[in-house]
Amino acid sequence: MSFFVVVSLIMGAIFAPLLAPYDPFDPATLNLMNGFTGPLTPNQFTQDVFVLGTDDQGRDVLSTILFGMRISLFVGFSAVFLAMILGVILGLLAGYIGGWLDAVIMRVADVQLTFPSILVAMLIFGIAKGVTPAEFRDQVAIWVLILAIGLSDWVQFARVVRGATLVERQKEYVQAAQLIGRANLAVMLKHILPNVLNPVLVIATISLALAIIAEATLSFLGVGAPPTKPSLGTLIRIGQEYMFSGEWWILFFPAITLLALALSINLLGDWLRDALNPRLR
Amino acid sequence: MQLTHSKKTLRTMLLTAAVSAVAISSVSAETLRWARAGDSLTLDPHAQNEGPTHTLAHQIYEPLIIRDMSGQFQAALATDWAPSPDDPNVWVFNLREGVTYHDGAAFTAEDVVFSIGRAQSENSNMKELLNSIVEVRAVDDLTVEMVTDGPNPILPSNLTNLFMMDSGWAESNGVVEVQDVEGGETTFAATNANGTGAYKLVSREPDVRTVLTQNENYWGIGQFPLEVTEIIYTPIQNAATRVAALLSGEVDFIQDVPVQDLDRVANTDGLIVKTAPQNRVIFFGMNMGAADIANDNVDGANPLADVRVRRAMNMAINRDAIQQVVMRGQSQPAGMIAPPFVNGWTAEMDGSVSTDIDAARALMAEAGYGDGFSIQLDCPNDRYINDEAICQAAVGMMAQIGITVNLDAKPKAQHFPLITNGETDFYMLGWGVPTYDSEYIFNFLTHTRGEDRGSWNGTGYSNPEMDAMIQSLASETDLSARNATIQAIWDDVQEQQLYLPIHHQVLNWGMSDAVGIDVSPEDDPKFKFFTMN
Repeated sequence: MSFFVVVSLIMGAIFAPLLAPYDPFDPATLNLMNGFTGPLTPNQFTQDVFVLGTDDQGRDVLSTILFGMRISLFVGFSAVFLAMILGVILGLLAGYIGGWLDAVIMRVADVQLTFPSILVAMLIFGIAKGVTPAEFRDQVAIWVLILAIGLSDWVQFARVVRGATLVERQKEYVQAAQLIGRANLAVMLKHILPNVLNPVLVIATISLALAIIAEATLSFLGVGAPPTKPSLGTLIRIGQEYMFSGEWWILFFPAITLLALALSINLLGDWLRDALNPRLR
Repeated sequence: MQLTHSKKTLRTMLLTAAVSAVAISSVSAETLRWARAGDSLTLDPHAQNEGPTHTLAHQIYEPLIIRDMSGQFQAALATDWAPSPDDPNVWVFNLREGVTYHDGAAFTAEDVVFSIGRAQSENSNMKELLNSIVEVRAVDDLTVEMVTDGPNPILPSNLTNLFMMDSGWAESNGVVEVQDVEGGETTFAATNANGTGAYKLVSREPDVRTVLTQNENYWGIGQFPLEVTEIIYTPIQNAATRVAALLSGEVDFIQDVPVQDLDRVANTDGLIVKTAPQNRVIFFGMNMGAADIANDNVDGANPLADVRVRRAMNMAINRDAIQQVVMRGQSQPAGMIAPPFVNGWTAEMDGSVSTDIDAARALMAEAGYGDGFSIQLDCPNDRYINDEAICQAAVGMMAQIGITVNLDAKPKAQHFPLITNGETDFYMLGWGVPTYDSEYIFNFLTHTRGEDRGSWNGTGYSNPEMDAMIQSLASETDLSARNATIQAIWDDVQEQQLYLPIHHQVLNWGMSDAVGIDVSPEDDPKFKFFTMN
C-alpha cells in the first residue's frame, strides 16, 4: 500500500509537465483574476474552473502541488544522497582507521548532534544566501537547500557505518584481506562497505522522509524555495494565511500531499528494515 | 520542623496572593494590548522618518503640534503659534507651562532649540522637513522663534512628527548625535526614552514586546480621556497569527486586519472593524540614475534609465486585478504617488492607468528590450497591507512583457536601508504625507539625493531644474503661484514616470468593542485619545 502511494506520488512528480494542466512556475501565464478560486467552482470573473482551486496568485493548486512535489522530492533525494555519501565515507574512515581520525570525526559528529538539524540547515542557508549574488539567488536556492539539509543529516549515517565497521573489522575475512596485502582503500570499499550497506539503506529511506519534511519546514519558515517557485512547504505557508477566511483548499491539499508522501516513505522504510533484518526473516 | 512547615505554608500563601494580584491587574480593563505587523525601528525620535516608528514615539514623546485622530492640528507642547507681526520670516511659538519629562526635568525653550538642531543634524532622517529653518531662538523659557530662509506659511504642518527631547538627558547619556541607523549603530536613545508624553517606557524588547505605562504627571490629565493606563505592544508579522490573537482575545487592538479576514473579525461577537481611507500611497521605485545596475542581466547599460521601459512597466501593472483579488476591494488604484488628502493631488493625474500589454511590449521593443531582461525586486513583508502578495503579483505582470523578476521579500528593518542607502534597483515603498502637502513628497522622493533633501529617493533621479522648483516651494507665499509650481513638478514626475504607483491604502483597524476610537487617516493611533469601556 505504502509502496503504491510512494510510486504514484513519485510518478506524478516525474511526469508533472505532462499531467499538470498549467505551468505554475511561468509567471507570465498566471492570471491574477483567477486568484482564490474554489475547487471545482467557476471563478467569479473569468469563469475558469480548477480541480483543486487556485491560490492567492491565481495558480492552479493541482499543478502547483505536482511541480512543488518535484522540488520536494528532488531536494529530499539529493540531500539524502549527499548525506549518505558524506556519512558513509566519514564513518568508514573513522571505524577502519580509528585513532585520532576517529576521535576528530566523531567529536564533530557529536557536536553537530547537539544542534537541531533544522538549525544547522538554517545557518548554512543563511550563509549561502549572503554570499550568492542576488540575480542567481532564485536559481541556486534549490541547491543551497540540498546542501543545507545534506550537511545537517550526515551524522546518523556516519555513526551507524562506524559502528558496523568496528564490528566487521574484527572478522576473519577482513584480516585475511589485510594479510594478502590489499590496500586499506580496497578493503574498506570492496570488503567492508557491502556488509554495512543494509542499515544504511534503511536509514536512507527514513532520512528521505525527514529530509522532505525538513525542506517543507525551511520553506514554511520562508527560507527555502522562493515563493515564485513554490515547493510543498511554501504552498503550506501561503495557505495558512487564508485559514481563517475560508479558503481552505490552499492549505489543505498541499498539506495532505506532504502527509501522504512522508508517511508512506516512512512505512516503506519500516518495511525495508524488517525485510533486511535476518532475525525477522 | 513545625516551624519550617508553617514558614513554607506562609510563603506559598504569599506567593499565591502575589500571583493572583498579578492576574487581576493584567486583566484590568485599562490595559490595551496592541498588535501590528511590524515594530518601531528605533526609539530615537529623529533617526527614522517611518510610520510605525513615529506611532510608538507619539505615545512617549511629543512634538510642539500634533494632529488629532481626525487629522486636525492640536496644541501639544506649544499652546499657540503665529507668524511674527514684525518679520514675515519668523514663526513664534508659545510653549506650555509646567511640562516635565518622565525623569522629572522641566521642558523649556532650550529643549526646542536643541531638538530642532538635533533633527537637522547629519544622521537625522527628519532634515527634509526642516530645511527652511535657518535659526531657532529661545526668547525666554516659554517662547521660541523659528527663523526661515523666506516666509514659510506651511511650517507648522512640518512639525507634527518632530519630537522634543530633553537636552540635559541627551547630554548626560551621550545621545546628542542622532543614531546612525543606516550605519547599523545602536545608541542609548535607540533603546531608552525620556519624553513628555502620556506614556512612559517600562520595558522594550525590539520585535517582541514593548510595555508602556501612563505618565502620572502628564500635563494633559483632565483634558484627554487617558482611559488606557497600560499599553502592551506586540508586533505579530504573520497575518493569520495576528488575527488569531485578536479572535482569541489575546490582543485588544490590531492596526492591520488582513483583508481576507475582515468579515470573520466583523462577524465575531465582541469585535469590530473600522475602515477608512489612509493617507498613504503604495508604489514601486526604480533605480534609473545608475549607469549600470547590479542585479540585472544587462551589461553596460541600465534598462530602467529609459523612460520607455518605465512606461511599459507602468502599463503592465494590472491595478484593477490587484485591487479586486489581492486587496479584495480594500484599496483605490492610483495613478500618482500622492494620496487624495494632499495639496497638489488631482483626479486627472490619479486616474489610474489602463493596462495595455501589447502597447507595453511595443514600447519595450522600441527601447531595444524586446527580449526582455531580468531584475531583482526588493519588497518588505511586514510593512504594508499584503505587500509581499502585491510584489508577487507584479512578478507575473512583468513577466508578460518579458521582464523576469526575482523577488526578494524581507522584513522592513532590512528592506528600508536598501532604499535610503541606494542599494536597490527595483523596490516597493509606501509614502504617507503627514504635512498634507506635495512639497513633503518632492523633498523626500524626487529631489536629488543630497545633504538636506532626497533621503528616500532611491531612484537616483537628479534634475537640477526640478530641484530648483522644489526648493522654491518652501518660501513661496503666493499660494496660487506655489500650486502652479507644484503642478509643474507633478507634470515632470508623471512625464518621466519616476515611480510606478499601485494604490492608495485603506485602513482596517480591528478591535475589541470595549475600545473606543476612530481610524486616523495616518494610521497613527494616539492612545491618550482612546476610551475603554
